[in-house]
Amino acid sequence: MTMATPAIKASGLMKSFGEGDAKTLALRSVDLEANFGEMVYIVGPSGSGKTTLLSVLSGILRPDAGSVSVEGVDIWSLSANRLADFRLNKIGFVFQDYHLFPRLTTAENVAIPLILKKKVWNESVKQATRFLDIVGLKTRAQLPPIKLSGGEQQRAAIARAIASDPDILIMDEPTASLDGDTGHSVVGFVHKNLLNQKRCIVVVTHDNRIFEFATRILKMEDGRIMAGNGGADVTAGER
Amino acid sequence: MRGILKLAYKLLVNDKAKFTALLVGNTFAVFGMMFATSMFSGVLYHSYSTVVNVGASMWIMDPAVQTTANSIGMPDYVLDAVRSMDGVKYAVPLYSGGALVKLADGTYQAVTVIGLDDASLFGRPELTEGAIEDIYAENGFVVVHDADFVKLGNPHIGSEFQLNDHRGTIVGIAKVSSSGLFGIPTLYTTFNRAIEYIPNPRYTTSYVLVEPKGPADVETIRQHVQALGYLALTRQEFMHRIKNFYIYQTGMGTNILIMTAISFIVGLSISGQTFFTFILENLERFGALKAIGTRGSELVGMVLFQATFTALTGYGLGIGLCTFLIAMAKLRLPDYFAMITFFNLGFALAMVLVIAAVSGYVGARRVLRVEPFDIFRG
Repeated sequence: MTMATPAIKASGLMKSFGEGDAKTLALRSVDLEANFGEMVYIVGPSGSGKTTLLSVLSGILRPDAGSVSVEGVDIWSLSANRLADFRLNKIGFVFQDYHLFPRLTTAENVAIPLILKKKVWNESVKQATRFLDIVGLKTRAQLPPIKLSGGEQQRAAIARAIASDPDILIMDEPTASLDGDTGHSVVGFVHKNLLNQKRCIVVVTHDNRIFEFATRILKMEDGRIMAGNGGADVTAGER
Repeated sequence: MRGILKLAYKLLVNDKAKFTALLVGNTFAVFGMMFATSMFSGVLYHSYSTVVNVGASMWIMDPAVQTTANSIGMPDYVLDAVRSMDGVKYAVPLYSGGALVKLADGTYQAVTVIGLDDASLFGRPELTEGAIEDIYAENGFVVVHDADFVKLGNPHIGSEFQLNDHRGTIVGIAKVSSSGLFGIPTLYTTFNRAIEYIPNPRYTTSYVLVEPKGPADVETIRQHVQALGYLALTRQEFMHRIKNFYIYQTGMGTNILIMTAISFIVGLSISGQTFFTFILENLERFGALKAIGTRGSELVGMVLFQATFTALTGYGLGIGLCTFLIAMAKLRLPDYFAMITFFNLGFALAMVLVIAAVSGYVGARRVLRVEPFDIFRG
């Protein structure tokens, strides 16, 4: 795999929900390309299909039509188990509500991808502490997530997402639960420390205060990418 | 897989409220099932204590006899006829009946009197005090030192009592492997003294005890006895007959079955419901795990492990609680019947595994159906 290969290449993506009169087209022939070293934002109003697109791109929601290649692999041609392994090894997720496990320590939460990769528990937790150090939470490693502030929980979620050293980092509304300053600082941290030429970061957001960190911004409306694909920057004026 | 199971373990155990509720459900289900079946096992074991203690290979009786507690006298010719049958090594009469004895302090106490064949004393118990020959002495009786011994005023050799205005003297103290079902003391004496002291109907032989020459002769003896109009059973068959009587003809079996079923249903309800709630509360986390890259089989493994771990821990606690309470009860009531057998343990284990399987199946189905996309949608 060369860096010339797009990190993500999607073409002709179609996805609908419901049937008959209740049928809603969430994605209407979406084409998209994201490269290594890019931090691509997908923006748009609620119901425009951003989260659906993110789910299809990351291999957790099967499209009705179209294809998604991640690093040249057609992910929707993989079996369920191989797709799960692919997500584990190639894609890191930062969920909007973090989805940290309240009954585990922060370090154990971060260690989950390593444990899923069959690494020994103690070694995984030790390694997770190093990732917590990267996001500035080393001293909070033994606390349960509930003892962390919102920004700290978000950073813990980021540490978990990067624990498996993924090539693709998927972030869903990373600032939705944070105040303006904290959100800005968290995404700024990701941009500064986690974006590199071997990684592609895809962010779904409403928050124009973090647009300054985007390499490219794709605007969605009614299940279509209205502008921005292939390099056009639809929100240059919004920054 | 070990790391994933540890993850499942931590998710389960660290949720203390749910884990406690799950354990309580399983523990009391096991306790209930164990206690009911242990009581039943104890009752059954003691119900055929006479058969165990006498130890004869074959028992001949009236076909109407269901338990040793209600023997029906047979005419003397049955004994003579059996003795003359092919395949019989020897045959002796046995008397078994109830009586009231008047103790030295003037109180009355019900007893079971076993009358042993005068010539051979076949079926005699093992004596801990005294000599068996003294049973031939005037008014000689041997008392069994079991849980009901105290009801005769803790007699010793030389103690006296009255039985239908006959004097009885304790000449030996014996031990037996199993005490009787009805909580009354047992006295052994000779056959002839028993029928002399206790008022009887016309026929006095309760049972004819037979030793066949070999195992092949059992069937021949059975057929000849049947031709006489009586019933010949091996020791195991007689015990089985008594057991069946208590299970099917007293209502005891049905009641125990109902109690066991209730315990199972209550346990299944509490554990199943709590486990399902636990799964529902953690559904988003399972969805997140699925999104991160956990395989379906690994998620099922986690859920089944959680259900099985809870069930087996509850099983251990339930057995412990049941054992503790039975031990406590036996301290106060020496003839308390409850008895934990390997069958009880196996039965409760099977039932608790059913609870785990049902809980695990319902939970695993729910976890497999969760869509990681729903996690994204929030």
